[in-house]
Amino acid sequence: MNTMNPSIAAKAGAGEQEPAIAVPESRPEDTVIEEGKTVGKPFAGDADSPKFKLRNVSVSYGNDRAIKDISLDIRRNEVISFIGPSGCGKTTFLRCLNRMNDSIEICRVTGKLMLDGEDIYQSKKDVVELRARVGMVFQKPNPFPKSIYDNVAYGPKIHGLANRKSELDEIVENSLRKAGLWDEVKDRLDAVATGMSGGQQQRLCIARAIAVSPEVILMDEPCSALDPIATAKVEELISEMSESYTIVIVTHSMQQAARVSHRTAYFHMGHLVEVNETNKVFTAPEHELTESYITGRFG
Amino acid sequence: MQPANLLLLTIVLAMVAYGLGYARSRALAAPLGGVRHLKSLPGYYGVRAAVWCGLPALIILALWAVFEGKVIQMMVIGSLPADVVPDSAGEASLLMSRIQNVANGSLPPAMVDGPVAGAADLLKSLQAQSRTYMTGLVISVALLAGFLGWIRIRPRLNARKQVEAVLRGFFFTCAGVAILTTAGIVFSVAFETFRFFERVPFLEFFFGTSWSPQTALRTDQVAAEGAFGMVPLFTGTLLISAIALLVAVPVGLLSAIYLSEYANKHVRSVAKPLLEMLAGIPTVVYGFFAALTVAPFIADLAPAIGLEASSQSALAAGLVMGIMIIPFVSSLSDDVINAVPQTMRDGSLALGATQSETMVKVIFPAALPGIMGGILLAASRAIGETMIVVMAAGLAANLTANPLETVTTVTVQIVTLLTGDQEFDSAKTLAAFALGAMLFLSTLLLNVVALKIVRKYREQYD
Repeated sequence: MNTMNPSIAAKAGAGEQEPAIAVPESRPEDTVIEEGKTVGKPFAGDADSPKFKLRNVSVSYGNDRAIKDISLDIRRNEVISFIGPSGCGKTTFLRCLNRMNDSIEICRVTGKLMLDGEDIYQSKKDVVELRARVGMVFQKPNPFPKSIYDNVAYGPKIHGLANRKSELDEIVENSLRKAGLWDEVKDRLDAVATGMSGGQQQRLCIARAIAVSPEVILMDEPCSALDPIATAKVEELISEMSESYTIVIVTHSMQQAARVSHRTAYFHMGHLVEVNETNKVFTAPEHELTESYITGRFG
Repeated sequence: MQPANLLLLTIVLAMVAYGLGYARSRALAAPLGGVRHLKSLPGYYGVRAAVWCGLPALIILALWAVFEGKVIQMMVIGSLPADVVPDSAGEASLLMSRIQNVANGSLPPAMVDGPVAGAADLLKSLQAQSRTYMTGLVISVALLAGFLGWIRIRPRLNARKQVEAVLRGFFFTCAGVAILTTAGIVFSVAFETFRFFERVPFLEFFFGTSWSPQTALRTDQVAAEGAFGMVPLFTGTLLISAIALLVAVPVGLLSAIYLSEYANKHVRSVAKPLLEMLAGIPTVVYGFFAALTVAPFIADLAPAIGLEASSQSALAAGLVMGIMIIPFVSSLSDDVINAVPQTMRDGSLALGATQSETMVKVIFPAALPGIMGGILLAASRAIGETMIVVMAAGLAANLTANPLETVTTVTVQIVTLLTGDQEFDSAKTLAAFALGAMLFLSTLLLNVVALKIVRKYREQYD
């Protein structure tokens, strides 16, 4: 599975205008991207069974193709960041991983998306169970207008994870501790969550996601609405969490991607252009578009 | 000239002034190098000229039209010899209408006394004079002020600011009319209510349990002493409103939830307007539907399950009224549920909650204050509704909680008190004002509560 299907690459490449990698004067927007062709190391080794195995994933909204034939492996307990200019499809792709795109009527997902070898888009798949395993943190902190305690306890309650109040208390405390929020809120668990600061709200949302003990946490620009100090706290938290969770993070900040992630994937206009170890992507990108983006020539 | 014609003429003059002002500002701008050297756009100079021309003239016209009659009447009455001058206001207006009838020719002068005929002549000449003066004054003011406004247009004049000030004044006047009207209604109702309480004791009205407002019109008439206890009426109102809300709240709320959360775009685009059409059906149609279809159906059905129902029942009126107010609940709840941010839904769904769990545990609590606002609005609509109750619930003021009996409501009693020939100073008619005041107070209270809740709701997502 390490090589791409050559027929797809040939069909989409159309071959008449080879991308001129060596000439920096060419405008990056004019570069022709071969559909389904990703440079770098998108796939896990044969010995390693990846957490997510994604093959030939395409997403379209009506007649617009937002994701064009992407194949990628996401390894266990890694932090992988998705970067790329606005509208390149990274959030859409992220939302496929726990089927959050289901609520958009015109959205259509094709290809194979496997979580631990199980197709998550097969028709009899229970979305509830999938989402309990693949949690999500959103761009804007979205705590429920309930108390801090109820926010964290919400997930465990609907999944029946606690038999007694004391168990629930324990889950809430552990989740808040993992999110680094316990010391700040332990005296006011009954306070309304929407009254907290933006950074605290976002960490609460992370605690809420952790509370259902997911295996994967998807983060959609989790720090874009936060100030630098709150951002630093959330990033610290992501690094700590990478020991026990697989984390996929979409970010606009290349510094953030460099700081928190093991691997980085660069998206461009619905294509997955390059995937590699993070330091490799930022020091020696293989694709000229990646280079143009990380050097700030567009984005 | 007739006031209406004069009004038209003034408007035409103002339009001409607009054109002239516009042209003059352009002409002034041309040697300077274009419109951008003016302080304001030419249109503003035009409007300013039109305001100068039209506004003073229209104010004079309006004042003249309002006070003309009164002044002329005073002058005519004053001209009468002392022995014909009436002493009471009633007689004075009677005499005045006689003079007017002579003046406009519907009563031959031969049929009235000499002084009255003379007064009629005076009235006629005064009216003609008034017309002439008014026409002259209004036209000359319009022309003069219009000319002044026009001649004073300078490139440095900030017409925009002046036009804004005039517009602000105009909007303020419009708002003032609405507020003053409301205040006027409230004061007149309050005044009559006080007069009612001069005749009927406070305690009897509030705590009396019997309502039969038939009192003797004349002293020689045989009639029962009226009883003015409002308790049966308010119980009737509450009973019917409660039944209506029992129908409207579940149906309206659940259909709102379906439309906003579950229905796809096509169903929603068809179902929502259809549901809202219920609000467009005239209440009188609901009324005969209740009286001719629902009430007999209930009366037929009740014996089958061993109950006794009268042919007009609170249940029939309440059920139909409930259907009528469904759109109030559903439409407002739908808006409120839609206003709950999508991020709330996403947050809940991403935790593995199902759609119904999300609805019950996140969306509904978040939207609850707004939904309450909608329900209270529907409740005040139900309390004020008349036509359905008149037709389907009956007129008998029974103090009962049995929905199968006939009851009456506050609004129905107001209608029956004020229809037909009435004296406007008997306790019977004044009771209508007292009931109206109570009804007004209770719906006002409901509205205040509803507004408070809605305002609290707004703070949550800002």
